[in-house]
Amino acid sequence: MTVKEKFESMDYSPALESRANADKWLDANGRSFGLFIDGEWVKPKGAKQFATYAPSTGEKLADITAAGQDDVDAAVAAARKAQGRWALIGGHGRAKYMYALARLVQKHSRVLAVLESLDNGKPIRESRDIDIPLVARHFYHHAGWAELMDEEFPDHEALGVAGQVIPWNFPLLMLAWKVAPALAAGNTVVLKPAEFTSLTALKFAELCVEAGLPKGVVNIVTGEGDTGAMVVNSDVDKVAFTGSTEVGKIIRRAIAGSGKKLTLELGGKSPYIVFEDADIDGAIEGLVDAIWFNQGQVCCAGSRLLVQEGIADRFLEKLKARMSTLRVGTSLDKCIDIGAVVDKTQKDTIERLLADGESQGAVVWKAPCEMPEEGVFFPPTLVTGVGTDNTLYREEIFGPVLTAITFRTQSEAVALANNTRYGLAATVWSESLSRALEVAPALVAGVVWINGTNMFDAAAGFGGRRESGFGREGGREGMLAYMRPRYETALKDWAPVPAPESVAMPKAGSGLDHIDRTAKMYIGGKQARPDGGDSVAIADKKGAFAGLVGDGNYKDIRNAVEAATKAAGWGKSTPHLRAQILYYVAENLSARADEFTDRLKTLTGATQKAAEAEVELSVKRLFSAAAMADKHDGSVHTPPIRGVALAMNEPVGVLGIVCPDEHPLLAFVTLMAYAVAAGNTAVMIPSERYPLLATDFYQVLETSDMPAGVVNIVTGRRDAMAVPMAKHYGVDGIWYFGSREGSAEIEKAAADNMKRTWLNYGKAYDFTSREQMSARGLMERASEVKNIWVPYGDANEGGKSY
Amino acid sequence: MTPEPLVNQGTSFHADWLDGIRVNKSAVERRTASLGGRRAVKKDSQIAFMLKAVSCIDLTTLAGDDTPGRVRRLCLKARNPVRRDILAKFGMEDMGLTTGAVCVYHSMVPEANETLKGSVPIAAVSTGFPAGLAPMETRLEEIRRSVEAGANEIDIVVTRAHVLTGNWQALYDEVKAFKAACGPALMKTILATGEHGNLTQVGKASMTAMMAGSDFIKTSTGMEGVNATLPVSLVMIRQIRDFFQKTGIKVGYKPAGGIKTAKDAVAYLTLIKEELGTDWLSPDLFRFGASSLLGDLERQLEYHATGGYSASYRHAMG
Repeated sequence: MTVKEKFESMDYSPALESRANADKWLDANGRSFGLFIDGEWVKPKGAKQFATYAPSTGEKLADITAAGQDDVDAAVAAARKAQGRWALIGGHGRAKYMYALARLVQKHSRVLAVLESLDNGKPIRESRDIDIPLVARHFYHHAGWAELMDEEFPDHEALGVAGQVIPWNFPLLMLAWKVAPALAAGNTVVLKPAEFTSLTALKFAELCVEAGLPKGVVNIVTGEGDTGAMVVNSDVDKVAFTGSTEVGKIIRRAIAGSGKKLTLELGGKSPYIVFEDADIDGAIEGLVDAIWFNQGQVCCAGSRLLVQEGIADRFLEKLKARMSTLRVGTSLDKCIDIGAVVDKTQKDTIERLLADGESQGAVVWKAPCEMPEEGVFFPPTLVTGVGTDNTLYREEIFGPVLTAITFRTQSEAVALANNTRYGLAATVWSESLSRALEVAPALVAGVVWINGTNMFDAAAGFGGRRESGFGREGGREGMLAYMRPRYETALKDWAPVPAPESVAMPKAGSGLDHIDRTAKMYIGGKQARPDGGDSVAIADKKGAFAGLVGDGNYKDIRNAVEAATKAAGWGKSTPHLRAQILYYVAENLSARADEFTDRLKTLTGATQKAAEAEVELSVKRLFSAAAMADKHDGSVHTPPIRGVALAMNEPVGVLGIVCPDEHPLLAFVTLMAYAVAAGNTAVMIPSERYPLLATDFYQVLETSDMPAGVVNIVTGRRDAMAVPMAKHYGVDGIWYFGSREGSAEIEKAAADNMKRTWLNYGKAYDFTSREQMSARGLMERASEVKNIWVPYGDANEGGKSY
Repeated sequence: MTPEPLVNQGTSFHADWLDGIRVNKSAVERRTASLGGRRAVKKDSQIAFMLKAVSCIDLTTLAGDDTPGRVRRLCLKARNPVRRDILAKFGMEDMGLTTGAVCVYHSMVPEANETLKGSVPIAAVSTGFPAGLAPMETRLEEIRRSVEAGANEIDIVVTRAHVLTGNWQALYDEVKAFKAACGPALMKTILATGEHGNLTQVGKASMTAMMAGSDFIKTSTGMEGVNATLPVSLVMIRQIRDFFQKTGIKVGYKPAGGIKTAKDAVAYLTLIKEELGTDWLSPDLFRFGASSLLGDLERQLEYHATGGYSASYRHAMG
């Protein structure tokens, strides 16, 4: 085309980023890569290789080695060998290496960006301006955590070896999210990149060599899904996975009961809410960053548009106009918005889901964008005419497809937004601060963006609720996911207090010197008979009959969970109110201290002194929980934008709490008190051996203004009720103190709706220990962190002429 | 000669058209900040964009020490803005490239007219430029005299107080009165956005000015502390788009002040193309208010023509 023609058409010319350096690097490696184990490149004999392709063009880029079991084992062994020394060099020692890595990422930023875009298909703009700078930022930030570890996390230590499996959508960025906190805390890693996108991880391995990182600290084992499974199941102390919810559940079940720490960043169907008082054009442009960023292959993509009915027609019309100006093209073109989908299989999945949705009545509109002739591309797509039942409204598509629905009111917007099994992110557009700051806390999501979307920073934790996974990456909470309190490894084995084989029942004609006491269950603020109508006899320390308690079953659990769910308003009550009630519980327990002391003595055989101490410590714990209720404040992050990210602590929701036998009053009171102090509602399964302390306790609750349903008590056989509780979709989290096998069962059952769990894995916590039962530590267990990003600014920064 | 301008007769005052205007500054800034990364203008496109930029310049001198001689020199440069040998390299020597207009004070219109003789449109800044605080009668009279003296286009300034106090009806009435005084001349309304309180005010002022019949809306006099910026431009052109969708009338846009480099100019043209479409990439609907921009464009064009970076002394001084 001549300049004259261009002058008339004013079209863009393709502006291709040079790939020369990327090709040079690929060629230098013979376009065939081995595994990076113990600081060496290895190509095991007979190892299978697979090709990695550029989805923009279909060309083969290189051959990648598929690691087998021996290779994974070797990598884990190398990491294990290196870990002690890596932890021992201390925070500053690790910070120096991590700083070097951050610098090296910047020094090699262009080749990394080009490799990423070639291998993944994403626009070079994104890898150059977003992915790679965030990678460097992540290493800088975590070099800082390494430096400060002793000061900021005293009494904590590294977990050991982390096995990390990452996805193909942000290959190097996800590597950074995994590797940086792990290394900062003193762990070593075995990382498996996604099979479609291994190249930048392999280049990163080179940077580790260049940085002089000790051998074995970082190991990269490439391969397909089976290699990932080998990593997960190998002798690692921590598993971190980012990927689909489906695979996340498999991983959780696979390692259930092993005691491996787990962080899962899974799928989403994140709502993008536009109120009538929003900056409409801003919100539309935001959608480009929400769902047409990285071809929509983003776990936190704003894929569900909820737009207020009054502006919906105009909004969708404007949106279609905007979509039509998006440019789709080859990944190295600096003049595009949308690149290639990662692989043909992914495109097929998108097509299939769209066909499903259409068959259910959805109206699918594909923007009339010019499409490249070669490569795997998909046009920006808008879906309308759906109900909340449509596949395209419910399921994660992981493609450039936006599904729109309308709402009438703010309350309806929140209800629709939360009507999903996911809970990763949410976006709110409104120029009303009052509205936006009311909506954000009401959304079930780990991250909420106000008047913006897909903003990330190493300082602000990222992670989900519900089936979007658990654990946070980034920030303080992300660091905690790679360390443990030092006391943890010293915990002794737990054993239940055995009940006597038979309870010596009262003899005939022995008389009745007191009024019969009935220990019922306590559900929804009412004393309730067990659904099954059966009771269990409880023995005192000598095996003599001490009383009957209800023999609870799954139906009692169901009733209790229902009551706890109805009481969810507790989480929205003020911490001051929660504190007052907990103080009052303490007051009323203290008033009946003698009675509880006697009960403890009779049932457990504790001495007067020990029983008194347990009651007193229980009162103290209630005070501590009350004290902490209004002090477990969040924090305000200052990410690199004009704005803030508010890290708010929120209750987990409905907590199922399975108490141990030891210290039956103290353990029950401690766990209950912190659960409700943080705003959760609780279904308590008290000690199987000593339930009478809990049933005595509901009278204390009743006299202390504890609202109905906040604390529910179901007595009976621990493990028989714990499993139905773990399977209950209405339970958001489980704390379990029982056997190792019981822990495994719970973890397996909890995988379905990704309950947060605190399991003892058959170890005995010391409930009298201030260290183990620290107020902050327990509040952290009882809370989830939500990061609410609030960019701000309105002033026109003009000057005056005179 | 420029084609027949598209004249906006305006609409009645619709207060409700202003109600929905809300502008989020951070969102605006994100859009303008990421656009450069989304649209790299390279090779032939870059040359075409730079030539287009030349054709859209209102080559301006608005200084207290302007003289007829200075204005004459400016006009001659406007008529022949890029060295012929450079244009010849691109096969563009016979396209009759001129700047979009020259822009001068009222008193310089006769000199400009004399020099240009209709070859390049003349824009006069009137209505008590730059503060706009002269009596209404004299502001209206200034327009009439400029038109009479041969100005084809009138750049008016509005009373900032109407914007800052949210008195949109008064702003509408003022601009409408200026429009009547302009008669057949094209009216460009300077909003002086650097003196607005926020971007929402910029948006509302833009829409009001268009309802009142502005043919162009323009950011600045060049005298405010902050003049044209990409964020302010985005706000204004989105209002142009909305006005077009409501009325079918295409209103032009003129960023003025502070646009000095070819790179800036290409960024503006890209923003216009993306938000308003290619239709707006024409002097009929887009102008730069600039003085030093042309020099940089010419240097960059020479680089593309020869492959060597240029120096300013190689190009005719405006």
